Amino acid sequence: MTDERFFNAEEAYSRSELEALQQERLRATVKHCMNSPFYRERFRSAGLSQDDIRSLDDLHKIPFTTKQDLRDTYPFGIASVPLGDCTRLHSSSGTTGNPTVILHTARDLDQWANAVARCLWMVGCRPDDVFQNTSGYGMFTGGLGFQYGAEKLGMLTVPAAAGNTLRQLKFFKDFRTTVVHAIPSYAARLYEVMCQQGIDPRRDLSLRTLVIGAEPHSEDTRRRIEDMLGVKAYNSFGMSEMMGPGVAFECPGQNGMHIWEDYFIVEIVDPVTLEPVPDGEVGELVLTTINREAMPLLRYRTRDLTRILPGECPCGRVHRRLDRMKGRSDDMIILKGVNIFPIQIEQVLMQFSELATDYLITLQTLDDNDGMTVEVEISEKVLTDDYSALQKLEKEITRCLRDEILITPKVRLVPFGSIPKSEGKAVRVKDLRKQY
Amino acid sequence: MTIHQLSVFLENKSGTLVKVLKLLKQENIQLIASTIADTAEYGICRIICSEPARAFNVLKSAGVAVTLTEVFALQLDDVPGRAADAIEIFSNEGISIAYLYSFLLGGKGVLIFRTDNADKARDAIVRNNLRAVPEKDLSELI
Repeated sequence: MTDERFFNAEEAYSRSELEALQQERLRATVKHCMNSPFYRERFRSAGLSQDDIRSLDDLHKIPFTTKQDLRDTYPFGIASVPLGDCTRLHSSSGTTGNPTVILHTARDLDQWANAVARCLWMVGCRPDDVFQNTSGYGMFTGGLGFQYGAEKLGMLTVPAAAGNTLRQLKFFKDFRTTVVHAIPSYAARLYEVMCQQGIDPRRDLSLRTLVIGAEPHSEDTRRRIEDMLGVKAYNSFGMSEMMGPGVAFECPGQNGMHIWEDYFIVEIVDPVTLEPVPDGEVGELVLTTINREAMPLLRYRTRDLTRILPGECPCGRVHRRLDRMKGRSDDMIILKGVNIFPIQIEQVLMQFSELATDYLITLQTLDDNDGMTVEVEISEKVLTDDYSALQKLEKEITRCLRDEILITPKVRLVPFGSIPKSEGKAVRVKDLRKQY
Repeated sequence: MTIHQLSVFLENKSGTLVKVLKLLKQENIQLIASTIADTAEYGICRIICSEPARAFNVLKSAGVAVTLTEVFALQLDDVPGRAADAIEIFSNEGISIAYLYSFLLGGKGVLIFRTDNADKARDAIVRNNLRAVPEKDLSELI
Protein backbone atom coordinates (compact mmCIF):
# COMPACT_ATOMS: atom_id res chain seq x y z
CA MET A 1 0.00 0.00 0.00
CA THR A 2 1.21 3.44 -0.80
CA ASP A 3 -1.21 5.09 1.62
CA GLU A 4 0.27 4.73 5.12
CA ARG A 5 -3.19 4.89 6.69
CA PHE A 6 -4.35 1.57 5.34
CA PHE A 7 -3.16 -1.97 5.97
CA ASN A 8 -5.25 -3.52 3.17
CA ALA A 9 -6.46 -2.17 -0.16
CA GLU A 10 -10.04 -3.17 0.77
CA GLU A 11 -10.08 -0.44 3.44
CA ALA A 12 -9.95 2.20 0.72
CA TYR A 13 -12.66 0.65 -1.48
CA SER A 14 -15.61 2.75 -2.58
CA ARG A 15 -19.13 1.65 -1.69
CA SER A 16 -19.71 0.10 -5.12
CA GLU A 17 -16.38 -1.74 -5.12
CA LEU A 18 -17.17 -3.08 -1.67
CA GLU A 19 -20.66 -4.23 -2.67
CA ALA A 20 -19.36 -5.92 -5.80
CA LEU A 21 -16.87 -7.84 -3.65
CA GLN A 22 -19.60 -8.68 -1.13
CA GLN A 23 -21.87 -10.04 -3.82
CA GLU A 24 -19.15 -12.21 -5.31
CA ARG A 25 -18.14 -13.50 -1.87
CA LEU A 26 -21.76 -14.10 -0.78
CA ARG A 27 -22.42 -16.30 -3.83
CA ALA A 28 -19.18 -18.21 -3.28
CA THR A 29 -19.98 -18.66 0.42
CA VAL A 30 -23.50 -19.96 -0.22
CA LYS A 31 -22.16 -22.40 -2.80
CA HIS A 32 -19.48 -23.53 -0.35
CA CYS A 33 -22.08 -23.94 2.45
CA MET A 34 -23.75 -26.67 0.42
CA ASN A 35 -20.90 -28.88 1.68
CA SER A 36 -22.33 -28.46 5.19
CA PRO A 37 -24.99 -31.07 6.12
CA PHE A 38 -26.65 -28.43 8.28
CA TYR A 39 -26.97 -25.77 5.55
CA ARG A 40 -27.94 -28.31 2.87
CA GLU A 41 -30.85 -29.37 5.05
CA ARG A 42 -31.67 -25.75 5.99
CA PHE A 43 -31.89 -24.73 2.32
CA ARG A 44 -33.85 -27.84 1.38
CA SER A 45 -36.48 -27.30 4.07
CA ALA A 46 -36.78 -23.60 3.13
CA GLY A 47 -37.32 -24.62 -0.51
CA LEU A 48 -34.22 -22.66 -1.43
CA SER A 49 -31.46 -23.44 -3.89
CA GLN A 50 -27.99 -21.90 -3.98
CA ASP A 51 -28.91 -20.37 -7.34
CA ASP A 52 -31.64 -18.31 -5.65
CA ILE A 53 -28.94 -16.22 -3.98
CA ARG A 54 -27.52 -14.11 -6.78
CA SER A 55 -27.21 -10.63 -5.28
CA LEU A 56 -27.11 -8.90 -1.91
CA ASP A 57 -30.86 -8.26 -2.26
CA ASP A 58 -31.45 -12.04 -2.08
CA LEU A 59 -29.79 -12.33 1.33
CA HIS A 60 -33.09 -11.92 3.21
CA LYS A 61 -34.37 -15.20 1.67
CA ILE A 62 -31.88 -17.19 3.76
CA PRO A 63 -33.18 -18.33 7.17
CA PHE A 64 -31.35 -17.03 10.27
CA THR A 65 -28.71 -19.12 12.01
CA THR A 66 -28.82 -19.02 15.83
CA LYS A 67 -26.63 -19.99 18.75
CA GLN A 68 -29.07 -22.82 19.35
CA ASP A 69 -28.24 -24.19 15.87
CA LEU A 70 -24.58 -24.26 16.89
CA ARG A 71 -25.49 -26.15 20.06
CA ASP A 72 -27.79 -28.58 18.28
CA THR A 73 -25.09 -29.47 15.76
CA TYR A 74 -22.34 -29.72 18.40
CA PRO A 75 -19.51 -30.30 17.77
CA PHE A 76 -18.86 -30.34 14.01
CA GLY A 77 -22.27 -30.37 12.32
CA ILE A 78 -22.14 -26.95 10.64
CA ALA A 79 -18.64 -27.34 9.17
CA SER A 80 -18.41 -26.85 5.40
CA VAL A 81 -15.03 -28.58 5.04
CA PRO A 82 -13.79 -32.02 6.12
CA LEU A 83 -12.22 -31.98 9.61
CA GLY A 84 -8.91 -32.89 8.01
CA ASP A 85 -8.79 -29.42 6.45
CA CYS A 86 -9.19 -27.68 9.84
CA THR A 87 -6.22 -26.55 11.87
CA ARG A 88 -7.76 -24.90 14.95
CA LEU A 89 -10.84 -25.09 17.12
CA HIS A 90 -12.17 -22.52 19.57
CA SER A 91 -15.07 -23.09 21.90
CA SER A 92 -17.28 -21.04 24.17
CA SER A 93 -18.14 -22.21 27.67
CA GLY A 94 -21.20 -24.39 27.98
CA THR A 95 -22.81 -22.83 31.03
CA THR A 96 -26.26 -22.77 29.42
CA GLY A 97 -26.21 -25.98 27.38
CA ASN A 98 -23.77 -27.55 24.95
CA PRO A 99 -20.70 -25.44 24.33
CA THR A 100 -20.35 -24.04 20.84
CA VAL A 101 -17.43 -25.00 18.62
CA ILE A 102 -15.90 -22.84 15.92
CA LEU A 103 -13.50 -24.43 13.43
CA HIS A 104 -10.80 -22.70 11.41
CA THR A 105 -8.73 -23.69 8.39
CA ALA A 106 -5.21 -22.35 7.92
CA ARG A 107 -6.62 -19.74 5.53
CA ASP A 108 -9.26 -18.71 8.10
CA LEU A 109 -6.56 -18.16 10.70
CA ASP A 110 -4.49 -16.12 8.27
CA GLN A 111 -7.47 -13.96 7.32
CA TRP A 112 -8.39 -13.52 10.97
CA ALA A 113 -4.85 -12.38 11.82
CA ASN A 114 -5.05 -9.99 8.87
CA ALA A 115 -8.30 -8.46 10.18
CA VAL A 116 -6.81 -7.94 13.66
CA ALA A 117 -3.61 -6.48 12.18
CA ARG A 118 -5.74 -4.12 10.06
CA CYS A 119 -7.55 -2.92 13.22
CA LEU A 120 -4.34 -2.33 15.14
CA TRP A 121 -2.68 -0.60 12.20
CA MET A 122 -5.71 1.69 11.91
CA VAL A 123 -5.11 3.08 15.43
CA GLY A 124 -1.45 3.72 14.79
CA CYS A 125 0.26 0.48 15.84
CA ARG A 126 3.46 -0.10 13.89
CA PRO A 127 6.15 -2.81 13.91
CA ASP A 128 8.29 -0.92 16.42
CA ASP A 129 5.50 -1.07 19.02
CA VAL A 130 5.45 -3.54 21.92
CA PHE A 131 2.04 -5.18 22.33
CA GLN A 132 1.08 -6.81 25.63
CA ASN A 133 -2.02 -8.99 25.69
CA THR A 134 -3.67 -9.35 29.12
CA SER A 135 -6.48 -11.45 27.74
CA GLY A 136 -6.96 -15.08 28.77
CA TYR A 137 -5.41 -17.48 26.26
CA GLY A 138 -6.78 -20.92 25.53
CA MET A 139 -10.31 -21.34 24.23
CA PHE A 140 -11.10 -17.62 24.59
CA THR A 141 -10.39 -15.97 21.22
CA GLY A 142 -9.10 -12.71 22.76
CA GLY A 143 -5.79 -14.43 23.51
CA LEU A 144 -4.63 -16.11 20.31
CA GLY A 145 -6.71 -13.78 18.12
CA PHE A 146 -4.76 -10.69 19.18
CA GLN A 147 -1.52 -12.65 19.40
CA TYR A 148 -1.51 -13.63 15.74
CA GLY A 149 -2.87 -10.27 14.60
CA ALA A 150 -0.20 -8.31 16.46
CA GLU A 151 2.49 -10.65 15.12
CA LYS A 152 1.14 -10.27 11.59
CA LEU A 153 1.52 -6.51 11.93
CA GLY A 154 5.07 -7.13 13.09
CA MET A 155 4.94 -5.90 16.67
CA LEU A 156 6.94 -7.47 19.47
CA THR A 157 4.08 -9.35 21.12
CA VAL A 158 4.01 -10.27 24.81
CA PRO A 159 1.51 -13.07 25.58
CA ALA A 160 1.28 -12.05 29.25
CA ALA A 161 -2.23 -13.59 29.48
CA ALA A 162 -4.74 -12.82 32.25
CA GLY A 163 -4.04 -12.02 35.87
CA ASN A 164 -0.85 -11.65 37.93
CA THR A 165 -1.15 -7.89 37.91
CA LEU A 166 2.23 -7.19 39.51
CA ARG A 167 3.92 -9.16 36.75
CA GLN A 168 1.92 -7.28 34.10
CA LEU A 169 3.22 -4.00 35.54
CA LYS A 170 6.80 -5.30 35.62
CA PHE A 171 6.49 -6.23 31.94
CA PHE A 172 5.06 -2.79 31.10
CA LYS A 173 8.17 -1.27 32.64
CA ASP A 174 10.85 -3.72 31.57
CA PHE A 175 9.67 -4.31 27.99
CA ARG A 176 8.52 -0.69 27.49
CA THR A 177 5.08 -1.87 26.41
CA THR A 178 3.32 0.72 24.24
CA VAL A 179 0.06 -1.08 23.36
CA VAL A 180 -2.12 -3.10 25.74
CA HIS A 181 -5.19 -5.20 25.16
CA ALA A 182 -7.40 -5.49 28.27
CA ILE A 183 -11.05 -5.71 29.16
CA PRO A 184 -12.22 -2.38 30.65
CA SER A 185 -12.62 -3.67 34.20
CA TYR A 186 -9.09 -5.04 34.12
CA ALA A 187 -7.72 -1.74 32.80
CA ALA A 188 -9.20 -0.08 35.90
CA ARG A 189 -7.66 -2.80 38.06
CA LEU A 190 -4.23 -2.21 36.49
CA TYR A 191 -4.50 1.45 37.45
CA GLU A 192 -5.56 0.60 40.99
CA VAL A 193 -2.47 -1.56 41.47
CA MET A 194 -0.24 1.08 39.83
CA CYS A 195 -1.45 3.53 42.48
CA GLN A 196 -0.74 1.09 45.27
CA GLN A 197 2.75 0.49 43.87
CA GLY A 198 3.47 4.19 43.44
CA ILE A 199 3.68 3.86 39.64
CA ASP A 200 2.65 6.91 37.64
CA PRO A 201 1.79 5.58 34.18
CA ARG A 202 2.61 8.90 32.47
CA ARG A 203 6.00 9.24 34.17
CA ASP A 204 7.12 5.63 34.58
CA LEU A 205 5.62 3.73 31.63
CA SER A 206 5.55 3.99 27.83
CA LEU A 207 1.86 3.07 27.35
CA ARG A 208 0.21 4.92 24.49
CA THR A 209 -2.64 2.80 23.16
CA LEU A 210 -5.18 0.61 24.88
CA VAL A 211 -7.48 -1.81 23.12
CA ILE A 212 -10.65 -2.51 25.10
CA GLY A 213 -13.54 -4.79 24.34
CA ALA A 214 -15.37 -7.96 25.31
CA GLU A 215 -17.37 -6.14 27.98
CA PRO A 216 -20.05 -3.49 27.51
CA HIS A 217 -18.92 -0.12 28.81
CA SER A 218 -20.00 3.48 28.51
CA GLU A 219 -18.22 6.40 26.89
CA ASP A 220 -17.57 7.83 30.36
CA THR A 221 -15.82 4.62 31.39
CA ARG A 222 -13.56 4.87 28.35
CA ARG A 223 -12.70 8.51 29.05
CA ARG A 224 -12.02 7.70 32.66
CA ILE A 225 -9.67 4.84 31.73
CA GLU A 226 -7.90 7.11 29.24
CA ASP A 227 -7.40 9.74 31.96
CA MET A 228 -6.14 7.21 34.48
CA LEU A 229 -3.56 5.60 32.23
CA GLY A 230 -2.70 8.51 29.95
CA VAL A 231 -3.55 6.54 26.80
CA LYS A 232 -5.97 6.54 23.89
CA ALA A 233 -8.42 3.68 24.32
CA TYR A 234 -10.05 2.09 21.26
CA ASN A 235 -13.12 -0.07 21.26
CA SER A 236 -12.87 -3.51 19.79
CA PHE A 237 -15.71 -5.81 18.82
CA GLY A 238 -15.51 -9.46 18.04
CA MET A 239 -17.17 -12.77 18.70
CA SER A 240 -15.85 -16.28 18.41
CA GLU A 241 -18.67 -17.31 16.02
CA MET A 242 -17.43 -14.73 13.50
CA MET A 243 -13.78 -15.68 14.23
CA GLY A 244 -12.96 -13.64 17.35
CA PRO A 245 -11.61 -10.10 17.77
CA GLY A 246 -11.11 -8.09 14.60
CA VAL A 247 -14.74 -7.99 13.43
CA ALA A 248 -15.16 -4.25 14.07
CA PHE A 249 -12.83 -1.64 15.49
CA GLU A 250 -12.68 2.07 16.13
CA CYS A 251 -10.58 4.36 13.98
CA PRO A 252 -8.73 7.35 15.47
CA GLY A 253 -12.03 9.26 15.30
CA GLN A 254 -13.26 7.13 18.26
CA ASN A 255 -16.81 7.41 17.02
CA GLY A 256 -18.18 3.98 16.21
CA MET A 257 -16.43 0.79 15.13
CA HIS A 258 -15.81 0.11 11.44
CA ILE A 259 -17.10 -3.35 10.65
CA TRP A 260 -15.06 -4.98 7.91
CA GLU A 261 -17.61 -5.37 5.15
CA ASP A 262 -15.23 -7.36 2.96
CA TYR A 263 -15.44 -10.04 5.70
CA PHE A 264 -19.06 -9.67 6.82
CA ILE A 265 -22.47 -8.59 5.57
CA VAL A 266 -24.17 -6.52 8.26
CA GLU A 267 -27.87 -6.38 9.03
CA ILE A 268 -29.63 -4.78 11.98
CA VAL A 269 -33.06 -6.28 12.71
CA ASP A 270 -35.84 -5.76 15.20
CA PRO A 271 -35.23 -8.59 17.74
CA VAL A 272 -38.97 -9.35 17.92
CA THR A 273 -40.23 -8.99 14.34
CA LEU A 274 -36.82 -9.82 12.78
CA GLU A 275 -37.51 -7.14 10.16
CA PRO A 276 -34.63 -4.83 9.20
CA VAL A 277 -34.50 -1.44 10.95
CA PRO A 278 -33.20 1.73 9.25
CA ASP A 279 -29.63 2.94 9.85
CA GLY A 280 -29.42 4.82 13.15
CA GLU A 281 -32.00 2.67 14.93
CA VAL A 282 -31.06 0.13 17.57
CA GLY A 283 -31.69 -3.52 16.83
CA GLU A 284 -30.02 -6.90 16.89
CA LEU A 285 -26.84 -7.32 14.90
CA VAL A 286 -27.05 -10.09 12.29
CA LEU A 287 -23.85 -11.06 10.47
CA THR A 288 -23.04 -13.24 7.49
CA THR A 289 -19.42 -14.35 7.14
CA ILE A 290 -18.22 -14.07 3.54
CA ASN A 291 -14.53 -14.69 4.04
CA ARG A 292 -14.42 -17.97 5.95
CA GLU A 293 -13.86 -21.56 4.83
CA ALA A 294 -14.21 -23.98 7.73
CA MET A 295 -17.51 -22.83 9.11
CA PRO A 296 -19.21 -19.91 7.38
CA LEU A 297 -22.37 -18.73 9.15
CA LEU A 298 -25.26 -17.25 7.19
CA ARG A 299 -27.36 -14.51 8.80
CA TYR A 300 -26.13 -15.31 12.31
CA ARG A 301 -28.16 -13.66 15.08
CA THR A 302 -25.46 -12.29 17.42
CA ARG A 303 -27.91 -11.20 20.15
CA ASP A 304 -25.87 -8.00 20.45
CA LEU A 305 -27.92 -4.81 20.35
CA THR A 306 -26.42 -1.92 18.47
CA ARG A 307 -27.08 0.44 15.59
CA ILE A 308 -25.32 1.59 12.45
CA LEU A 309 -24.04 5.13 12.79
CA PRO A 310 -25.36 7.02 9.78
CA GLY A 311 -23.06 9.24 7.78
CA GLU A 312 -19.54 9.09 6.47
CA CYS A 313 -16.47 8.76 8.65
CA PRO A 314 -13.76 11.41 8.23
CA CYS A 315 -11.11 8.65 8.19
CA GLY A 316 -12.02 7.78 4.61
CA ARG A 317 -13.19 4.20 5.14
CA VAL A 318 -16.65 3.42 3.75
CA HIS A 319 -16.95 0.30 5.91
CA ARG A 320 -19.90 1.25 8.07
CA ARG A 321 -19.62 1.99 11.78
CA LEU A 322 -21.36 0.15 14.60
CA ASP A 323 -22.24 2.07 17.73
CA ARG A 324 -20.96 0.59 20.99
CA MET A 325 -22.97 -2.44 22.05
CA LYS A 326 -26.10 -1.48 23.99
CA GLY A 327 -26.21 -4.83 25.71
CA ARG A 328 -27.51 -8.17 24.56
CA SER A 329 -31.03 -9.00 23.59
CA ASP A 330 -30.70 -11.89 26.06
CA ASP A 331 -29.05 -10.11 29.05
CA MET A 332 -31.91 -7.72 29.52
CA ILE A 333 -33.13 -7.77 33.12
CA ILE A 334 -36.88 -7.90 33.60
CA LEU A 335 -37.69 -6.65 37.10
CA LYS A 336 -41.29 -6.05 38.17
CA GLY A 337 -42.23 -6.02 34.49
CA VAL A 338 -39.72 -3.30 33.61
CA ASN A 339 -37.03 -3.99 30.99
CA ILE A 340 -33.62 -2.86 32.18
CA PHE A 341 -30.21 -3.12 30.50
CA PRO A 342 -27.16 -3.17 32.79
CA ILE A 343 -25.53 -0.54 30.56
CA GLN A 344 -28.26 1.95 31.61
CA ILE A 345 -27.17 1.53 35.20
CA GLU A 346 -23.53 1.87 34.27
CA GLN A 347 -24.19 5.10 32.40
CA VAL A 348 -25.77 6.62 35.51
CA LEU A 349 -23.01 5.46 37.84
CA MET A 350 -20.24 6.80 35.60
CA GLN A 351 -21.61 10.33 35.93
CA PHE A 352 -20.51 10.31 39.57
CA SER A 353 -16.87 11.29 39.94
CA GLU A 354 -17.09 9.96 43.52
CA LEU A 355 -17.39 6.41 42.21
CA ALA A 356 -14.78 4.01 40.86
CA THR A 357 -15.52 1.96 37.73
CA ASP A 358 -16.72 -1.30 39.30
CA TYR A 359 -20.23 -2.16 40.34
CA LEU A 360 -22.36 -5.20 40.98
CA ILE A 361 -26.11 -5.54 40.42
CA THR A 362 -27.87 -8.15 42.54
CA LEU A 363 -31.49 -9.14 42.02
CA GLN A 364 -33.09 -10.83 44.99
CA THR A 365 -36.39 -11.72 46.54
CA LEU A 366 -37.11 -10.27 49.99
CA ASP A 367 -40.46 -11.00 51.65
CA ASP A 368 -41.78 -12.24 48.30
CA ASN A 369 -40.84 -8.94 46.71
CA ASP A 370 -38.27 -8.75 43.94
CA GLY A 371 -35.73 -5.97 44.27
CA MET A 372 -32.40 -4.76 43.04
CA THR A 373 -29.28 -3.92 45.00
CA VAL A 374 -26.51 -1.98 43.31
CA GLU A 375 -23.13 -2.11 45.01
CA VAL A 376 -20.82 0.69 43.94
CA GLU A 377 -17.20 1.29 44.82
CA ILE A 378 -16.37 4.73 46.12
CA SER A 379 -13.32 6.22 44.43
CA GLU A 380 -10.03 6.57 46.25
CA LYS A 381 -10.44 10.32 46.30
CA VAL A 382 -13.66 10.35 48.32
CA LEU A 383 -13.18 11.72 51.81
CA THR A 384 -14.27 8.99 54.16
CA ASP A 385 -14.55 11.23 57.22
CA ASP A 386 -17.83 12.88 56.35
CA TYR A 387 -20.73 10.59 57.12
CA SER A 388 -23.46 12.95 55.98
CA ALA A 389 -21.74 13.51 52.63
CA LEU A 390 -21.62 9.74 52.06
CA GLN A 391 -25.31 9.46 52.89
CA LYS A 392 -26.10 12.29 50.53
CA LEU A 393 -24.13 10.58 47.78
CA GLU A 394 -26.00 7.33 48.35
CA LYS A 395 -29.35 9.12 48.11
CA GLU A 396 -28.35 11.02 44.98
CA ILE A 397 -27.26 7.82 43.22
CA THR A 398 -30.52 6.15 44.20
CA ARG A 399 -32.52 9.06 42.81
CA CYS A 400 -30.65 9.15 39.49
CA LEU A 401 -31.00 5.38 39.06
CA ARG A 402 -34.71 5.52 39.77
CA ASP A 403 -35.13 8.26 37.16
CA GLU A 404 -33.35 6.08 34.59
CA ILE A 405 -34.78 2.60 35.27
CA LEU A 406 -38.09 3.54 36.92
CA ILE A 407 -37.44 1.22 39.87
CA THR A 408 -35.87 2.28 43.15
CA PRO A 409 -32.82 0.14 43.80
CA LYS A 410 -31.03 -0.24 47.10
CA VAL A 411 -27.65 1.44 46.69
CA ARG A 412 -24.72 0.24 48.79
CA LEU A 413 -21.43 2.09 48.93
CA VAL A 414 -18.47 -0.25 49.29
CA PRO A 415 -14.75 0.49 49.60
CA PHE A 416 -12.56 0.91 46.53
CA GLY A 417 -11.29 -2.43 45.26
CA SER A 418 -13.74 -4.62 47.19
CA ILE A 419 -15.88 -5.89 44.29
CA PRO A 420 -14.20 -9.07 43.02
CA LYS A 421 -12.75 -8.77 39.51
CA SER A 422 -13.21 -11.64 37.16
CA GLU A 423 -10.48 -12.19 34.63
CA GLY A 424 -12.69 -13.07 31.69
CA LYS A 425 -15.82 -11.07 31.08
CA ALA A 426 -16.83 -9.24 34.24
CA VAL A 427 -19.94 -10.48 36.01
CA ARG A 428 -22.05 -7.37 36.59
CA VAL A 429 -25.38 -8.99 37.38
CA LYS A 430 -26.22 -11.67 39.93
CA ASP A 431 -29.75 -13.01 39.83
CA LEU A 432 -30.71 -14.60 43.16
CA ARG A 433 -34.45 -14.22 42.71
CA LYS A 434 -36.81 -17.02 43.64
CA GLN A 435 -38.07 -18.72 40.53
CA TYR A 436 -41.76 -19.44 40.53
CA MET B 1 -3.82 23.37 66.99
CA THR B 2 -5.24 20.40 65.14
CA ILE B 3 -4.07 16.80 65.12
CA HIS B 4 -4.32 14.08 62.49
CA GLN B 5 -7.01 11.47 62.55
CA LEU B 6 -7.52 8.47 60.24
CA SER B 7 -11.06 7.93 58.95
CA VAL B 8 -11.53 4.44 57.59
CA PHE B 9 -14.54 3.45 55.50
CA LEU B 10 -15.54 -0.07 56.54
CA GLU B 11 -18.01 -2.42 54.98
CA ASN B 12 -20.31 -3.90 57.58
CA LYS B 13 -19.04 -7.44 57.43
CA SER B 14 -16.93 -9.54 59.73
CA GLY B 15 -13.19 -9.26 59.40
CA THR B 16 -12.97 -5.75 57.95
CA LEU B 17 -12.08 -4.01 61.22
CA VAL B 18 -9.58 -6.62 62.31
CA LYS B 19 -7.81 -6.32 58.94
CA VAL B 20 -7.21 -2.62 59.57
CA LEU B 21 -6.10 -3.08 63.17
CA LYS B 22 -3.72 -5.91 62.23
CA LEU B 23 -2.07 -3.78 59.56
CA LEU B 24 -1.32 -1.15 62.22
CA LYS B 25 -0.15 -3.82 64.65
CA GLN B 26 2.33 -5.24 62.12
CA GLU B 27 3.83 -1.79 61.71
CA ASN B 28 4.02 -1.29 65.48
CA ILE B 29 1.66 1.69 65.33
CA GLN B 30 -0.23 2.26 68.55
CA LEU B 31 -3.86 3.29 68.87
CA ILE B 32 -4.53 6.18 71.21
CA ALA B 33 -8.27 6.41 70.66
CA SER B 34 -10.82 5.09 68.22
CA THR B 35 -14.54 5.21 67.60
CA ILE B 36 -16.89 3.68 65.07
CA ALA B 37 -20.00 5.34 63.68
CA ASP B 38 -22.10 2.78 61.92
CA THR B 39 -25.10 2.41 59.67
CA ALA B 40 -26.65 -0.83 58.49
CA GLU B 41 -24.36 -1.02 55.46
CA TYR B 42 -21.07 0.62 56.35
CA GLY B 43 -19.24 2.35 59.15
CA ILE B 44 -16.60 4.99 59.60
CA CYS B 45 -13.84 4.06 62.02
CA ARG B 46 -11.97 7.12 63.31
CA ILE B 47 -8.55 6.53 64.78
CA ILE B 48 -6.03 8.65 66.66
CA CYS B 49 -2.69 6.85 66.71
CA SER B 50 1.05 7.24 66.95
CA GLU B 51 2.62 8.25 63.59
CA PRO B 52 -0.63 9.04 61.74
CA ALA B 53 1.10 9.89 58.45
CA ARG B 54 2.89 6.55 58.33
CA ALA B 55 -0.29 4.74 59.42
CA PHE B 56 -2.14 6.42 56.55
CA ASN B 57 0.43 5.19 54.01
CA VAL B 58 0.36 1.68 55.43
CA LEU B 59 -3.44 1.46 55.11
CA LYS B 60 -3.59 3.19 51.74
CA SER B 61 -1.04 0.89 50.14
CA ALA B 62 -2.96 -2.12 51.50
CA GLY B 63 -6.01 -0.87 49.59
CA VAL B 64 -7.97 0.38 52.61
CA ALA B 65 -10.39 3.28 51.96
CA VAL B 66 -8.86 5.80 54.36
CA THR B 67 -8.63 9.57 54.65
CA LEU B 68 -6.26 11.60 56.80
CA THR B 69 -8.21 14.46 58.38
CA GLU B 70 -7.44 17.25 60.80
CA VAL B 71 -9.49 17.44 63.96
CA PHE B 72 -9.34 19.59 67.07
CA ALA B 73 -7.94 18.07 70.26
CA LEU B 74 -8.48 19.95 73.52
CA GLN B 75 -6.97 19.04 76.84
CA LEU B 76 -9.37 19.38 79.81
CA ASP B 77 -8.81 19.18 83.52
CA ASP B 78 -10.11 16.00 85.04
CA VAL B 79 -12.92 17.82 86.86
CA PRO B 80 -16.70 17.45 86.33
CA GLY B 81 -18.19 20.00 83.92
CA ARG B 82 -15.11 20.92 81.84
CA ALA B 83 -16.51 19.40 78.63
CA ALA B 84 -19.77 21.30 79.09
CA ASP B 85 -17.86 24.58 79.52
CA ALA B 86 -15.82 23.99 76.37
CA ILE B 87 -18.75 23.02 74.17
CA GLU B 88 -20.80 25.94 75.46
CA ILE B 89 -18.19 28.32 74.07
CA PHE B 90 -18.65 26.86 70.57
CA SER B 91 -22.39 26.78 70.92
CA ASN B 92 -22.47 30.47 71.85
CA GLU B 93 -20.41 31.30 68.77
CA GLY B 94 -22.81 29.43 66.51
CA ILE B 95 -20.27 26.70 65.67
CA SER B 96 -21.76 23.23 65.17
CA ILE B 97 -20.00 20.02 66.17
CA ALA B 98 -20.03 17.38 63.40
CA TYR B 99 -18.80 14.64 65.72
CA LEU B 100 -17.02 14.38 69.04
CA TYR B 101 -15.41 11.77 71.22
CA SER B 102 -13.17 11.85 74.27
CA PHE B 103 -10.64 9.80 76.16
CA LEU B 104 -8.26 10.04 79.13
CA LEU B 105 -4.55 10.28 78.57
CA GLY B 106 -1.98 10.75 81.33
CA GLY B 107 -4.68 11.72 83.82
CA LYS B 108 -6.07 14.45 81.54
CA GLY B 109 -9.24 14.40 79.52
CA VAL B 110 -8.86 14.87 75.75
CA LEU B 111 -11.76 16.01 73.60
CA ILE B 112 -11.57 15.24 69.85
CA PHE B 113 -14.03 16.93 67.49
CA ARG B 114 -14.68 18.36 64.06
CA THR B 115 -16.81 21.44 63.49
CA ASP B 116 -18.61 22.92 60.54
CA ASN B 117 -16.28 25.94 60.59
CA ALA B 118 -12.64 25.27 61.38
CA ASP B 119 -11.52 28.92 61.16
CA LYS B 120 -14.14 30.17 63.61
CA ALA B 121 -13.39 27.27 65.95
CA ARG B 122 -9.65 28.00 65.86
CA ASP B 123 -10.37 31.63 66.67
CA ALA B 124 -12.67 30.69 69.58
CA ILE B 125 -10.04 28.38 71.04
CA VAL B 126 -7.42 31.15 71.02
CA ARG B 127 -9.70 33.83 72.45
CA ASN B 128 -10.95 31.62 75.26
CA ASN B 129 -7.52 30.26 76.16
CA LEU B 130 -8.56 26.66 75.64
CA ARG B 131 -5.63 24.22 75.65
CA ALA B 132 -5.11 22.51 72.30
CA VAL B 133 -3.00 19.36 72.47
CA PRO B 134 -0.01 19.36 70.10
CA GLU B 135 0.32 16.13 68.14
CA LYS B 136 3.77 15.32 69.49
CA ASP B 137 2.47 15.53 73.09
CA LEU B 138 -0.04 12.80 72.33
CA SER B 139 2.63 10.29 71.33
CA GLU B 140 4.83 11.32 74.23
CA LEU B 141 2.02 10.68 76.69
CA ILE B 142 1.48 7.09 75.55
